[in-house]
Amino acid sequence: MTVMARPAEVGPRAVVSAPELAPASIVKPKRIYGARPMMLSGWGRFPRVSCRVLEARGEEEVIATIAENSSLIARGAGRSYGDAALNRGATLVMTASNRILDFNSGSGLLTCEAGVTLAEIADIFVPRGWFPLVTPGTKFVTVGGAIASDVHGKNHHRDGCFGAHLAYLDLALADGRTLRCSPTENADLFRATQGGMGLTGVILRAAFRLRAIETDLVRQETIRAENLAESMARLKEASIANYSVAWIDCLARGGRLGRSLVYRGEHVALDDLPKERKGRPYLPRGGQMRSVPFDFPGFTLNRFTVAAFNELYYARGRPGTALVPLDPYFYPLDAIAHWNRIYGRAGFVQHQSVLPEEASRHGLETMLSLISARDAGSLLAVLKLCGAEGAGPLSFPMRGFTLALDFPGTTANLSLLLELDAIVADHGGRLYLAKDARAGIAVMERGYPRLRDFARLRDRFDPKRHFASVQSERLGL
Amino acid sequence: MTAILSPVLIIGASSDIGRALAHEYARRGASLVLAARRVERLDPDLRDLLHRHGATARAVELDILDPAEREAFLVGLNEVPGTVVSVVGLLGDQKAAEADPEAARMIMETNYVAPALLLSALANRMSERGAGTIIGISSVAGDRGRATNYVYGSAKAGFTAFLSGLRNRLAGRGVQVMTVKPGFVATRMTRGLKLSKALTASPDQVAKVIVEAQLAGRTVIYILGRWRLIMLVIRLLPEPIFMRMKI
Repeated sequence: MTVMARPAEVGPRAVVSAPELAPASIVKPKRIYGARPMMLSGWGRFPRVSCRVLEARGEEEVIATIAENSSLIARGAGRSYGDAALNRGATLVMTASNRILDFNSGSGLLTCEAGVTLAEIADIFVPRGWFPLVTPGTKFVTVGGAIASDVHGKNHHRDGCFGAHLAYLDLALADGRTLRCSPTENADLFRATQGGMGLTGVILRAAFRLRAIETDLVRQETIRAENLAESMARLKEASIANYSVAWIDCLARGGRLGRSLVYRGEHVALDDLPKERKGRPYLPRGGQMRSVPFDFPGFTLNRFTVAAFNELYYARGRPGTALVPLDPYFYPLDAIAHWNRIYGRAGFVQHQSVLPEEASRHGLETMLSLISARDAGSLLAVLKLCGAEGAGPLSFPMRGFTLALDFPGTTANLSLLLELDAIVADHGGRLYLAKDARAGIAVMERGYPRLRDFARLRDRFDPKRHFASVQSERLGL
Repeated sequence: MTAILSPVLIIGASSDIGRALAHEYARRGASLVLAARRVERLDPDLRDLLHRHGATARAVELDILDPAEREAFLVGLNEVPGTVVSVVGLLGDQKAAEADPEAARMIMETNYVAPALLLSALANRMSERGAGTIIGISSVAGDRGRATNYVYGSAKAGFTAFLSGLRNRLAGRGVQVMTVKPGFVATRMTRGLKLSKALTASPDQVAKVIVEAQLAGRTVIYILGRWRLIMLVIRLLPEPIFMRMKI
């Protein structure tokens, strides 16, 4: 099927208008689900913008909503950090479109609606021996969001981004059509949608391959690296492993600048299950999440607390191997709901950049020196060696080192981030749009040379820029 | 009662509560028949139930307001369902219903006449078989007529009384009849409204409480216990005082 025609009559969708005391029903349609204005933000809680929020379940409702709004952006689980999933006029929440449509237990090809989260996929398919081939550091992202941000994980050096494993996606366009996009059909739209931040259309459905696993454990090896050169060398060596990543202490200075704990990981095979787990390759999933119950006061995270945390964390990171269940291995922070509250009401800003491999050493040294000189320690600083660039013109990773940082959203930090941007641009690097809330147009244009291709494609499919976000307006996309 | 009788027929299956119920029953191994006005919209849900829970489910088209469709629906059922849940309802617009008899009739038919007639026919078949469960989603609004939504409330009151009578008639015939009064539920359609969090249940919560109550053999349930107390007070208020309260 290449083109799914728009239904002749975009019909009554909402089933009843029952606001209260009424179970919903099968009776005559009345109106579209009420649009409600609300203060909305990304996971970083900065910026906060008043947006008109709409919801859609299934293709028909999505198409109708696109037709009724002149400017719109789709939103998944709201886990991108900045302003990518915000549109003041119409933010279309897709989480009600969350149905699993097909699964081929031979090939591992999963077809589902865009609002399904990786958490749901793991819950359903891990006990059957399947796991997402590419997963970011949180499982609470939707499939649509994973495609729009072309997310990457600890295996990027081997497996590329989420988009690399797509068989196809169905995209609702500005003109009311739905197009199937794959490597062979509408290939340009297919590529541009990977990492396209929702600006090519609304992703309705996608088909992608899962990874066959034999147990729910990962063998994790921890290696200490005393400085930046060593961190980079260890990460490079770790490229033979399926998963590799480093936690980096960005308050360390001088000879210890860039010291880190490098982690390598491999899925544990059935034969390698420890004795106490024999015959039980998958333990029941789920369990209570802990939660951060309130916003921490803004002063909680400062140079001293972060330094103390880093000192402890580094000291506790004993070299050696351990068997770790999938969830704590891939999603350590997901165990604590609302962890973004530790940054207080001001929220926080992320800064993730990638530098070309040959420029990485110098660029990272310059950035880390600047950060430690300002005492602006980031609690969760992560370093990783990425593999080859993805297909999407706005897809983030490229071969080289990526550094992810987060800072409380203070004025001083915002100006520090601008300095970091300049270092990134000067070294031929780029910023990750899924984490960006405040970068300028210049750093964007320098970092993404294929931006023009992206604009030309939108000229063809969305000349009026129907799909737009606070981020796309800020960056002139 | 220790097991859910299959298949479970859900009338009004495309609503949030209907969907949540389908998943709750499927999770517990029941097979499903989903009835809705626009059956083609249920196709993704059938697939979802299959791939998530391995559940057997089929969809049947039914406009419950149409007597001919109700008849055809009953004829087309090739087996008597083990469990029937009616999630049919329409709050409508009270003001419109005061001015326009057609609007009022629509609310009355949807909340009372149509579901009662359909459940009545199914009840006869279950009674013949000597086994089954009938679950009607009524409303706390049926506990007392209020100025702000008495057309809806009166229809729900009728439905509640109908279920009560049916329960008494079928007692000892192996057929369980359960009345559910959900109170506020956070569905897609209530999302813009300011509902008290303490009094609002999620569709998943509603579904879980319903199925557990069915297994426990309950008769009349509220989803959140505090609604029972609230409605007790509202029912006991003397009419002269109640008349002065604009609720």
